[in-house]
Amino acid sequence: MASLRHEIRIAATADAVWSIVTRPESIPEWFPGIVSCTVDGTVRVVKTAIGLEMPEEILTNDPLLRRFAYRITSPVYKFHLGTIDVIALGERESLCVYSTTAEPDTLALIVAGGTVAALAQIKQLAEAG
Amino acid sequence: MGRKILFITTDQQRYDTLGVNGGTLARTPVLDALAREGVRYERCQPTSVVCMPSRASMLTGQFPSTHGAWMNGVPLAIDAPSVAENLHDAGYATALIGKAHFEPFMDPFGRFAENSLASLGVPTIEQPWFDGRRGVHRGFDYLEFATHGVMGPLHYAKWMMANHPESLGGFYQVVDGELNVNAEGGGDSGAPQVKYNDVAREWYHTDWVADRTIRWLDDQREDRDWFCWMSFPDPHHPWDPPRSEIGRVPWRDVGLPANYPERASEREAIIDQKARHWRAWYDGTLVSNYEAPAKWVPATLTPDQVREVNALNAVEVELIDEAIGRVLSRLDEKGWGDDVDVIFTTDHGEFQGDFGFLFKGPYHVDALMRLPLIWRPARSTKTAPGVVTAPVSLVSLAATFLSVAGKPAPAWVEGDVLPQNDDEARTRGQDATVTEWDSSLFGVDVHVRSVLTKEYLYTEYDKGTLHEGTEGELYDLRDDPLQRVNLFDDSTRVNIRASLHERLRSHADRPGERATPGIVMAPV
Repeated sequence: MASLRHEIRIAATADAVWSIVTRPESIPEWFPGIVSCTVDGTVRVVKTAIGLEMPEEILTNDPLLRRFAYRITSPVYKFHLGTIDVIALGERESLCVYSTTAEPDTLALIVAGGTVAALAQIKQLAEAG
Repeated sequence: MGRKILFITTDQQRYDTLGVNGGTLARTPVLDALAREGVRYERCQPTSVVCMPSRASMLTGQFPSTHGAWMNGVPLAIDAPSVAENLHDAGYATALIGKAHFEPFMDPFGRFAENSLASLGVPTIEQPWFDGRRGVHRGFDYLEFATHGVMGPLHYAKWMMANHPESLGGFYQVVDGELNVNAEGGGDSGAPQVKYNDVAREWYHTDWVADRTIRWLDDQREDRDWFCWMSFPDPHHPWDPPRSEIGRVPWRDVGLPANYPERASEREAIIDQKARHWRAWYDGTLVSNYEAPAKWVPATLTPDQVREVNALNAVEVELIDEAIGRVLSRLDEKGWGDDVDVIFTTDHGEFQGDFGFLFKGPYHVDALMRLPLIWRPARSTKTAPGVVTAPVSLVSLAATFLSVAGKPAPAWVEGDVLPQNDDEARTRGQDATVTEWDSSLFGVDVHVRSVLTKEYLYTEYDKGTLHEGTEGELYDLRDDPLQRVNLFDDSTRVNIRASLHERLRSHADRPGERATPGIVMAPV
């Protein structure tokens, strides 16, 4: 089991950042390489740029904690947990933390690599207002 | 018109696999002839002993600590400098056909251009360049990619899936179900990453790369210069050449390498003189890097497995030599033979049994660091054939390509033009090369720097998971060409150690801008 974490400071309110993260259907807007998705209740299926479909289960979408958690349910993963936390740092600044815990370890590394670019895109969207 | 450039690379090929370099297993008449006609280098070193950092150095002319792709899995920044951009600006048609690997392979999101290009069905895409302009991807206006197998989104894999799906199962499965480098054994000896592959020879990636290169060359205008990087994925593991070819080198007739003591106790005594991660890997208590199978223990390697790996490696080397021969013949047929500079090398070496290991990692010895390099300048230059014994580095390739094109090297290039003889090397002060290693994977970090001179190979380990920052290795290449006797703690070598340490310090303090080190995006 490997656990990795990436974070980014964003010059926008935590509410503004959270408004992006909280919408499950918004993921193609900010996760590079995810080109489309469908959401049905707590089941989200994302499609990647190489045509791979990955089913996910949304575990938490908590506006008070500003935490979004999900797991990839593809059989290739023995375990996956992805968590996005948005933390207020001040009136106009926030911290967005994207954590990935997965087994096999290699898959954690691959997904976490994608979250780096996702955080940069979330920042860009939030700061653009 | 100026001089055209055919840049040929292989992947993970040792210096001693070519006949002209003393190799006795593979027959390499094409490369041997090229070397006799041009300049052969006896001490070419990589900037890194794994693919991505080393290949990025070829493209940028920079060390990994400058270009920022410091380990496998760290993509070279999309707007990193690229010698192909300069050649493109100089009017060259530019192509890369075969293995690129400036960006991670393991990319389910298809975020990297190398992995998405085949699906897009276009020869290149527009990207930001180093100087703020936008242009073709890393300066290449034609790209067609292959790697070691038939899985994934690259052009060769898609071609095989579309045209020869019945042969896909013949290839070795490079990674296992957990996406680690596969430890499964095959062949007659059960060696890891070995399989007898029923694919037809003409469908194997070596011939595919040559075929696609010839096709691209045929499309070029007579009056335009070109830079073509033809990049073979072999002889990198897996060792799964077409079964029809393996009779070329019967493995049972293959002798053991000079640096493979058959008695385990002798191997272990040699390894125990080296930094401690050598023995830890050998015993299977630590795998510091992704590039070797996590579930394979080097101590289990048998003499027969060494023989079989070396035999299959030699078969792959022969196929490459023949493929190069086909491309060179086509150049002659097109009347370009006198106007093309041909440069042949590889990105790093392979243990192939040395000290009891296969594969690669943070182990700076000749097996991984001494590379074949041949430069056959265009015949029209009437360059005298020769042999360069001075240490040279792959970091010099970018400046060399630009010199062939008659262009000055930009300020970002760190390597000098390759010397064409030892006098030139001496005049320019090219007497040492540096190889770097940095890795950080699942809680294990290793940091290594080595400097090679004609006389010595000196390595320092910085503080990391297994090293205190005080360990090192020093080999006197005149008395100990196989690098078996570590003189690092020899009190009679204090002065030479200090002098070589100073060279590494100078390398660390060299002037110039450094890119921000990239982030690990995948294992490889």
